[in-house]
Amino acid sequence: MRYVNSSNVKGRPVSQVNAQRGLSSRQETVPPAGRRQLSDMRIVQLFILPTIILLILMNIFPLIYSLFLSFTNYSVISSDPPVWVGLENYTHILSDPDFWHNFATTGTYALLSVSLQTIVGFALAMLLRSKFTGSGIITTLVLVPMMLSPIVVAVFWRLIFNPSFGILNPILGFTDINTSPEWLGDPALALWAIVIVDVWQWSPFVMLLCLAGLSAIPEYLYEAAAIDRASAWFQFRRITLPQVMPLLLIAVLFRTIEAFKQFDLVQGLTFGGPGDATETVSVELYRLAFQGQFETGLSSALAYIVLVVIIAISNLYIRALNRLREG
Amino acid sequence: MANIELRGVEKKFGDVFAVKPLDLTIKDGEFIVLLGPSGCGKTTTLRMISGLEAVTDGQILLDGRDVTWLHPSERDIAFVFQFFALYSHMSARDNIAFPLQAAGMARDEVKQRVGQVAALLRIEHILDRKPGALSGGDQQRVALARALVRRPAAFLMDEPLGALDAEFRETMRAEIKKLHLAQHATTVYVTHDQIEAMAMGDRIVIMSAAVVQQVGTPTEVYHNPANLFVARFIGSPGMNLVKAKVEAGGVRLPGGSLAPVSDRWRHALEGSGLKDGSVVLGFRPEAVQVRDGGALRAAVYADDLHGGYTMLHLELADGEIIHGRAARDALNALGSAVRFDLDPDMMRFFNPETEMAIPS
Ligand SMILES: Nc1ncnc2c1ncn2[C@@H]1O[C@H](COP(=O)(O)OP(=O)(O)O)[C@@H](O)[C@H]1O
Ligand SMILES: [Mg+2]
Repeated sequence: MRYVNSSNVKGRPVSQVNAQRGLSSRQETVPPAGRRQLSDMRIVQLFILPTIILLILMNIFPLIYSLFLSFTNYSVISSDPPVWVGLENYTHILSDPDFWHNFATTGTYALLSVSLQTIVGFALAMLLRSKFTGSGIITTLVLVPMMLSPIVVAVFWRLIFNPSFGILNPILGFTDINTSPEWLGDPALALWAIVIVDVWQWSPFVMLLCLAGLSAIPEYLYEAAAIDRASAWFQFRRITLPQVMPLLLIAVLFRTIEAFKQFDLVQGLTFGGPGDATETVSVELYRLAFQGQFETGLSSALAYIVLVVIIAISNLYIRALNRLREG
Repeated sequence: MANIELRGVEKKFGDVFAVKPLDLTIKDGEFIVLLGPSGCGKTTTLRMISGLEAVTDGQILLDGRDVTWLHPSERDIAFVFQFFALYSHMSARDNIAFPLQAAGMARDEVKQRVGQVAALLRIEHILDRKPGALSGGDQQRVALARALVRRPAAFLMDEPLGALDAEFRETMRAEIKKLHLAQHATTVYVTHDQIEAMAMGDRIVIMSAAVVQQVGTPTEVYHNPANLFVARFIGSPGMNLVKAKVEAGGVRLPGGSLAPVSDRWRHALEGSGLKDGSVVLGFRPEAVQVRDGGALRAAVYADDLHGGYTMLHLELADGEIIHGRAARDALNALGSAVRFDLDPDMMRFFNPETEMAIPS
């Protein structure tokens, strides 16, 4: 390396200077005179700016504005400006047994569907883990439900559940229309019907993440376990399960959040009925906000309550996940 | 404790032999080292003994019991993997306890046994850490502890020090040897490092290209290599191997010097059926005795100072380089002519066609 001008590095040992010049010579290239150069910082800002603007317009402003609206008495279809009512919307919701019923329904639904699809998804992953002839095509087929639009799924499950010509009841052995279950019409069964469809559609998602987790377990762990004389069950409990757990928890977290927001399947299958048997919070939220009185203020408050619940639950999972990581 | 017997054990992957039929009896309490360049079938041999790999032919006996087709868990053997194979999601303590818990041992006893073995390996202070947070040496100790804690009939170790840096290897080498002496458990130890093999093995099994080349004590394989491969592979540098012709009174090296041989060797060479007297003369660097009036001539090509001694690189008349050990203070100008003799007891001969050693 040559050094023509060393006056700016006076007093430093040559070797140190060499090292520094060697490392940074590229950045120090002097631009041709007269061309304006953008600093790195400026470029960073220019690239980020569009995203920030979009985020503010589409997410952050509505978020804050709806927080404001949740403390007001306001309806988008009335010409009256928002009137500040303080916590009234919140106290109204939290003291109304109907809302509590919605929350209970949503909670029951989330618990049932998430735990069932976790079990089914994990079991499928264990089955499809070992490669056998056709395992590839089976895996692909199993994933198909996940790729369908929820409305399409709801429409054809309505046909499947149909008590007079649906295919489910005959398969289950109910041939007499008068005694066979009315999946979508019976308040005791309707929630289960939605759970079944959700499990059918989303178990593959859990399976996919579990498969990824399972295939990441190095084979040598099982060799070590064989040497250590661990039984198949012991290996499953002490190696397979803990190794998959981080990904399994992520799958469960995603599915729980989705379950708490469940709207499209309910809307497509039962419209919240019969009565209010399957009326989840999201369905109620939709009705408040976009039907009848268009109660924007009240529905914003409800949306915020859902948000807080989801954040709280997510936090539990994330804590569990971190505990797993740190041990 | 157990002896291990391999009878015609072989392993083919497709049509290719990873291990050609191999017979070996490992005595109870013996420390056997499988030595050979990488890819020669050491790991495969070890995995067949453990049951992790099925043999394609032959029999494996543990204490006379045929275990050829038994699952690894039915063989009472511990395996220390090349890259530790620790359970990454468990603490060191749980890793060590794993084989005991798998056997359903009571909690108190597990605790006591883990404590014992941790004390033996001096890893009590790291028991609560996970493998990812441990240095290579500590991971190695945990892996050893996991193998030791079960008190198996035999230990199989696959290059257990291969992943450690040089400085640490010496310490761990001594520790493993000490453990072996204390426990006196039959051990099969795989390495590609011949210095490690010489230092640790009661006997060394030298493999190359899926074939066992020689089985013997470190002294045997060093001084009496069975063939040219072993002669080259053992020692650093390996044995000097020089093409020579058998003549009356000795063997003639290229360039004309005649190295005298003893009567015993002369008989052996005459009776060995060499093709037009061609032979390979082998001798270790310490057989070279540089002195004025020596029978053999060479020029000093280079010299390495090793502190305790000097390793001379000597160029023979035909340009071949041999190595000779000289005293620390020997002064030999580069390029100068030197004369030397060979210690007659340390000369070995090989048949250049079969590459096998000629018995004396
Ligand atoms: N599972 C395998 N499938 C195919 N070939 C293998 C397999 N395992 C090892 N081999 C081959 O067998 C030979 C011996 O391998 P290995 O026993 O691992 O050698 P070493 O441990 O001495 O380095 C190598 O040529 C290797 O490529
Ligand atoms: Mg190997």
